[in-house]
Amino acid sequence: MDTEPAFFETNPKAGSVGQPLDRVDGRAKVTGQARYSAEFNSLPGLVHAVLKTSEVAKGRIQSIDTSLALKEPGVVAILTHQNLPQLAKTPNSPEGKKAIGAPMGFLPLTTDQVHYAGQPVAIVLANTLERAQHAAALVRVSIAAEKPLASYADPRAELFDPQKVQDGKTEGHTVRGNPKAAFAAAPVQLTHTYEHAINHHNPMEPGSTTAHWEAPDRVTVYESTQGVTRTQKALSAMLGLPTEQVRVVTKYLGGGFGCKGSTWPHTVLTVQAAKAVGRPVKLALTRPQMFTSMGHREDQTQTLKVGATKDGKLLALLHEKTSTTSPWDNYAEPNSRIINLLYNCPTFESTYQLARADVMTSTFMRAPGEAPGSFAIECSLDDLAYQLGIDPLEIRLRNYAEKDPSNGKPWSSKSLKQCYARGAELFGWSKRNPQAGATRDGRLLVGWGMATASYPVHNNQGTARVRLYADGHAVVQTGATDLGTGTYTVMTQVAADALWLTPDKIRFELGDTKLPTAPNSGGSVAAGTVSSSIYMAAQDVWQKLIKLATQDKKSPLYRAKAADVVVENGRMVLKANKAKGEDFATLMKRNETTDIEGTGNGKYGAGYESGLAAGPADSGHQDDMAGHSMHSFGVHFCEVKVDPDLGTVRVSRWVSVHAAGRILNAKTARSQIIGGSIFGIGNALMEGTFRDPNFARYTNSNLADYHVPVCADIPDMTVEFIEEHDPYINAMGVKGIGEISMVGVSAAVANAVFHATGKRIRSLPITPDKVLETKRVQA
Amino acid sequence: MNNFSYTQAGSAKEATGIRKDKPQAAYIAGGTTLLDLMKANLEEHPLLVDINVLPFKGLEQTKDGLRIGALERMSDVGENALVKQQFPAISESLLLAASPQLRNMASIGGNILQRTRCGYFRDAAFPCNKRVPGSGCPAQQGDNHNLAILGVSEACIATSYPGDLSVALAAFDAVLTLENAKGKQRRVPITEFYLLPGKTPHIETVLEPGELIVSILVPAGAYTQRSTYLKVRERSSYAYALTSAAVGLDVQGGSIRSARVALGGVGAQPWRSREAEQILTGAPATEATFRAAAAAALRGAQPREHNRFKVELAQNTLVQALQKVAG
Repeated sequence: MDTEPAFFETNPKAGSVGQPLDRVDGRAKVTGQARYSAEFNSLPGLVHAVLKTSEVAKGRIQSIDTSLALKEPGVVAILTHQNLPQLAKTPNSPEGKKAIGAPMGFLPLTTDQVHYAGQPVAIVLANTLERAQHAAALVRVSIAAEKPLASYADPRAELFDPQKVQDGKTEGHTVRGNPKAAFAAAPVQLTHTYEHAINHHNPMEPGSTTAHWEAPDRVTVYESTQGVTRTQKALSAMLGLPTEQVRVVTKYLGGGFGCKGSTWPHTVLTVQAAKAVGRPVKLALTRPQMFTSMGHREDQTQTLKVGATKDGKLLALLHEKTSTTSPWDNYAEPNSRIINLLYNCPTFESTYQLARADVMTSTFMRAPGEAPGSFAIECSLDDLAYQLGIDPLEIRLRNYAEKDPSNGKPWSSKSLKQCYARGAELFGWSKRNPQAGATRDGRLLVGWGMATASYPVHNNQGTARVRLYADGHAVVQTGATDLGTGTYTVMTQVAADALWLTPDKIRFELGDTKLPTAPNSGGSVAAGTVSSSIYMAAQDVWQKLIKLATQDKKSPLYRAKAADVVVENGRMVLKANKAKGEDFATLMKRNETTDIEGTGNGKYGAGYESGLAAGPADSGHQDDMAGHSMHSFGVHFCEVKVDPDLGTVRVSRWVSVHAAGRILNAKTARSQIIGGSIFGIGNALMEGTFRDPNFARYTNSNLADYHVPVCADIPDMTVEFIEEHDPYINAMGVKGIGEISMVGVSAAVANAVFHATGKRIRSLPITPDKVLETKRVQA
Repeated sequence: MNNFSYTQAGSAKEATGIRKDKPQAAYIAGGTTLLDLMKANLEEHPLLVDINVLPFKGLEQTKDGLRIGALERMSDVGENALVKQQFPAISESLLLAASPQLRNMASIGGNILQRTRCGYFRDAAFPCNKRVPGSGCPAQQGDNHNLAILGVSEACIATSYPGDLSVALAAFDAVLTLENAKGKQRRVPITEFYLLPGKTPHIETVLEPGELIVSILVPAGAYTQRSTYLKVRERSSYAYALTSAAVGLDVQGGSIRSARVALGGVGAQPWRSREAEQILTGAPATEATFRAAAAAALRGAQPREHNRFKVELAQNTLVQALQKVAG
């Protein structure tokens, strides 16, 4: 592309976009007015569901004795694989799975097979939650158990090459140039292995479903999902109903982090249960069930070989990943993607190996691939810097990629150098002691680390509807979801600017399949796609108004060409004579037009040009959409204090600087970067689920023993954004920040730990036992 | 959770009487441990007997030392000025535990009776000798990252008491006053209150069925005032100890006249180390002494695959705690 497409300016007078507007849904949330998917308790005859799950990981159900439980008061029904109505389609075949878009090629309660610990084996329904819980405890399940296989680390595990990973979406093999020869000839060679514990998403709101059949062939599902459209598609396929007879509603979501991005078994089981008993049914997963119901970030090992020149320039990168997958699916998060493009390196190779185990399928979790992939490349680059005596920031500049090395395309925009410079300034990086293990604060070792962050701009389709009323308010609608990060707020701002109104005049609605379709809120696409859809819908409204004006004899714009009319300060005026024109209210009232509707879609930018933008229910394309490679970039700087005798690591300072296109709201954006960084600090220092090697069952599936950071673990955090205008990505120039915020975080922490101690820990999380062990072994 | 009845006992006699008639009933004070266990179907009780109105309150200095009513709340004891000043290790052990909300609810007696966080005990899907005698101990070959290395057996390697307070109480020779259904009281030193697992890990304390903890007496000494509780954990709050140390020293002219040492997170029970105390007593308050004491405290440790680090970590924890009080 030679000429840049126009970059849409937002309304500078209304000044709403970018400003730190308080959350428009904040009051509803803190006063309890906001209703989440498990809070539709007034549905007539509502029944509470509790899942009875398998204690063992592998086996065959011999019998399920419900006699005792059924005698309990209030019990409505107990459904098992023996009496649950059949579905039109299940994901148990590859074709079925594809048609449904299921995250897992197996649906519990369709057979007597048990494939993972925590697999639902019965649904217990009662008129109160407590009665359902009690009855579930009385259900006796007899399973002929077999010895399960827990992970790729088991000596019995058989490793295989899946060809494609991430459930067939990403190539498992990538080769650029001749990396093996380049590595062999490289003057500097590093080979390091990185290990990652299992991580679980654990949003505050558990997975929950309320299913209400309003007619024998029409159902409304209140669902905690990141995408109502994708859920609607999955449910309609499984139920054999036209999509318009399945309505999915998600008005509020209490976090998702990826685990609510797919339709997991408990959702359809709840819908089936409601059908079976002819009453609305509500299910909320328990916290322990959250560890075995909605996927996880898989246990994995990565080996990265780095070949470089003596002045630190990369010559070869060879990446191998080994991880655990389920009996049915080839899921592995695509770690190699970021390693292939983060730095200028002429050769690259990636391979994946999987082992099937008796576990459920892993799934995308905040920055899938980019988070663990960045740990490997950013720690190895740090190693290279120390080995060659080069400042870690300097070595990144020496390998700065001016074009996307993975495909040779120019970036749509990249402001990483500015991020580095500003971050280093805010952190005081120039005062860094080049010597590792040489800075103390009393008895504590002090270390500074940094790492680069990057995340693709996935290009998705989305649509929005804007209805502008003559009295000066507007209703703006889209079927997007707000994970709790501020979609309601930023979209209100975008609509206000585009219509030249103030935010209080906008009623913004989302989270319903009755509204115009929008993509899954995942892959950081919501902000860019939805804001662009709304912006385009507003432009549609203005064009209709301009048409009305130019055809209205009483309008100052009568007989003007539409192309000669522009909108300024909420008035339609002649480009050549801006005194001539009128406002929309005057025009609409004179024409007795109460309201005007416009629609728009956000497939603007590279995806629009190439025609390759993904559909609303699919995951988007992230690069090579047209002439440009589309990514956001940033940097994290971290200071840690390490107690060398106790092995404890505490983060004491934090600076993140990102460039992610237009920032829609300074306050919610800052909060999101803080949240993502804390998510990454949890991944770096404490999060890990232990799967027993003999039972293939988790031993710490609760929030007392699965540690996430508490406030006391987190210092004041400094967050800034570099202003960036990207005309290629979408109408609003928004890249999205949900995921980049955690990319590179674990590496920044690990690099700081290295700087503090002089010891490298390549296994996450970096817990005190590993700090002590590394000190002992490397001494 | 099973269905259960609830009643409130107006006196110790009434409470113990109910338990005598219904041995499966349980006393409830703060309920912060009991309800968790019941929700996970790890304990089933047909009846809960609320003992919160029993007169097991009060916090005062007697001629024998500090007397703490078993129904005092963790937060009240931890924040008490007398405890902070005279028994800092006790205050710290309480305030470093749990969360403010839990500390506001949980009673001192209930804290002493809290049960292990071993993942195999806490999930009825697993075998566990503590929960189901004779069913096995998968922790030996499995997730033993935060389990015990001292006083363990082939049957059980749980830190049977995973908390903090009893570690400080064990260091200071606290004595529990217990009362049974006959209204008879007896006194049991906390160091004899907990039982090692041996072949019977399901029997955790000497408490007889229906017996109540009335109060705790902590004798005062020079070492109680000069004491501390150091807790090492994987996050800065709301986490159980990997290792901890409650120590008290009486140092005169650089020489240790008396010492009290107990370790948490490493023992099958709160681990009083008289071996460490022997080395400390009469020795100069130097790092070399502390290291020798720490080595003695961990002699005989039997770590498993994932908790080997505790041998070193516990020693370092103890040394750091001793250094802190030695000044």
